[in-house]
Amino acid sequence: MSSFSVTEPSRRMKSFAAFMVIAYAIITLLPLLWIIATGFKSPSDAIAYPPKIVFEPTLEGYVNLFTTRTRQTAEFLAENPPTTWYEKIVAQYGMVIAGPSRFGERFLNSVIIGFGSTFLSVFLGTLAAYAFSRYRIPLKDDLLFFILSTRMMPPIAVAIPIFLMFRQLGLSDTHAGMILLYTAVNLSLSVWLLKGFIDEIPREYEESALIDGYTRFQAFYKVVLPQAATGIASTAIFCLIFAWNEYAFAVLLTSGQAQTAPPFIPTIIGVGGQDWPAVAAGATIFLVPVMVFTILLRKHLLRGITFGAVRK
Amino acid sequence: MAEVVLQNVTKRFGDTLALDNVSLTVPNGAFVILLGPTGAGKTTVLRVVSGLDAPDSGEVFIGRQSMNGLAPAQRNVAMVFQQYSLYPHLTVRENLAFPLKSPLLKTPPDEIERKIAAVAKVLQISHKLDNKATALSGGEMQRVSIGRALVRDPAIYLMDEPLSSLDAKLRADLRIELKNIQAHSGATLLYVTHDQLEAMTMATHVGVLDRGRLVQFGSPRELYENPVSIYAASRLGQPRINLLPADLFGGAPTGAKSIGLRSEQIAQGDGEESTVRRVEHLGDQTRLHLSFRNHDLVTVADAHTQLQSGDIVKIAPQNPFYFDASGNRIV
Repeated sequence: MSSFSVTEPSRRMKSFAAFMVIAYAIITLLPLLWIIATGFKSPSDAIAYPPKIVFEPTLEGYVNLFTTRTRQTAEFLAENPPTTWYEKIVAQYGMVIAGPSRFGERFLNSVIIGFGSTFLSVFLGTLAAYAFSRYRIPLKDDLLFFILSTRMMPPIAVAIPIFLMFRQLGLSDTHAGMILLYTAVNLSLSVWLLKGFIDEIPREYEESALIDGYTRFQAFYKVVLPQAATGIASTAIFCLIFAWNEYAFAVLLTSGQAQTAPPFIPTIIGVGGQDWPAVAAGATIFLVPVMVFTILLRKHLLRGITFGAVRK
Repeated sequence: MAEVVLQNVTKRFGDTLALDNVSLTVPNGAFVILLGPTGAGKTTVLRVVSGLDAPDSGEVFIGRQSMNGLAPAQRNVAMVFQQYSLYPHLTVRENLAFPLKSPLLKTPPDEIERKIAAVAKVLQISHKLDNKATALSGGEMQRVSIGRALVRDPAIYLMDEPLSSLDAKLRADLRIELKNIQAHSGATLLYVTHDQLEAMTMATHVGVLDRGRLVQFGSPRELYENPVSIYAASRLGQPRINLLPADLFGGAPTGAKSIGLRSEQIAQGDGEESTVRRVEHLGDQTRLHLSFRNHDLVTVADAHTQLQSGDIVKIAPQNPFYFDASGNRIV
């Protein structure tokens, strides 16, 4: 190829672009790396100034995250020497492990509520979006605007009415209540996003399937759904990120039973001084499901975000 | 295969009248082509027959059975769309198998294999069966979508300008293939196009649609030699029929407003003088653009004609068509 081309960027432009992408990646990844590193530091290394880049890794943060501990006398420790590696870690501080912490169940709550509401939002959103895209619906535009308008204020602005309603209906501190709430918040986004994707799928495909001997629902299931996979994947990721990270409602509406990880993680700080490594360990583990989910769907996501920008 | 009848079918989309009281019979085993410009209602006829659209009034019969209220799947019709014809998430083989696997047909797997192989051979796509549908060229895609109709044995094949997006050579090849397939299988086809060459070469019957009305129906020859109106006469013939004021040559019947002259209705060599304005050598024929008493005409001359612009040619009408003020033919 010659040195000049309209469509092909020059070598210099390509390296510049690569430099920008790498620089941006470093800037966005730095806090993440910081958190992951802090999770493996000892409490004194975690608050050392200037910050330690090279340090001796320890699993102390993770042990503290998953356990509750009590202080014991030196005699007690001498009589009952620690046997496992994690007991040895806490013994350095004159402590013994009293039992598991509640992080495990909080994390499980997050998984149930996050993925449950994501599934519901995407499932209901796909059906609604298909109907809005394909059928003649009276007051369609007004309905769509109404659906969008539910997102025109921050959801937390209606926290008090929701709090009262949940108490009346017995939904406070239940998984079903939180799934319902996050689904309600995400549904408007989901309907709008998916309608855009389904609008782009030509009707001819379904009509073709109808003539080929399939019912409307079969045509939807066999022809529309596979082609909307891109949109469904990216919508699911957006919904999951919201439900996964949501903090304010989780603080307000959950306590004992259905509390998710975000309100739990800050409470770790209070247990036995400012335990930053344990907080960082909690945050690191908390990041994993969304990352895995996004990586699994990344192929669809990339196409999904640029969808509509490039006509095939 | 079956006879398909449209009886007084009317269809509106909002304020536009797409089909205006259309009655049409597609005989069993016929290749019927509907001609007309964009917006004439050709595609609507196919959609009404297939059941994708319901007529506002009138009825569709397939094999003497009323199709009133029947879903597309219940009508046993196959349709080829103008574009977006293949399911992009499936391979060629899966595309061809799709109608056979429908809950309606539930074809056994070995039968599916056999039918796909047979159709793929006819359409010369056997080597592409495992390709993704989106990895095909335009011509291959359209052949596969025709194949998806051919694997079935429907009451009627409906085709909506299936060749319009192809290049000239492929179009000519597929035209011959389609005609062959139809002639061998005795299939009934209702085919929509605005390409007169397709109509002339493939059809057993041609219907001309004008703003939702069926204005003429007959064999291609009949339509060409005996058009009922200026509109119908303009659908067929290359170069297009020349329309001139009726009194230009004399001898016009009373009430005639215009005279219609196809190339073969213009005798060259005697009559009145006209001036050659342009000569177009197309290879197999040569077109003459003539000026006759300040009116322009296009006709055909011998391929090796020596005529040049500025020359004088004598012309005379020969069995011309005469049309009245509203464009209807005066016989």
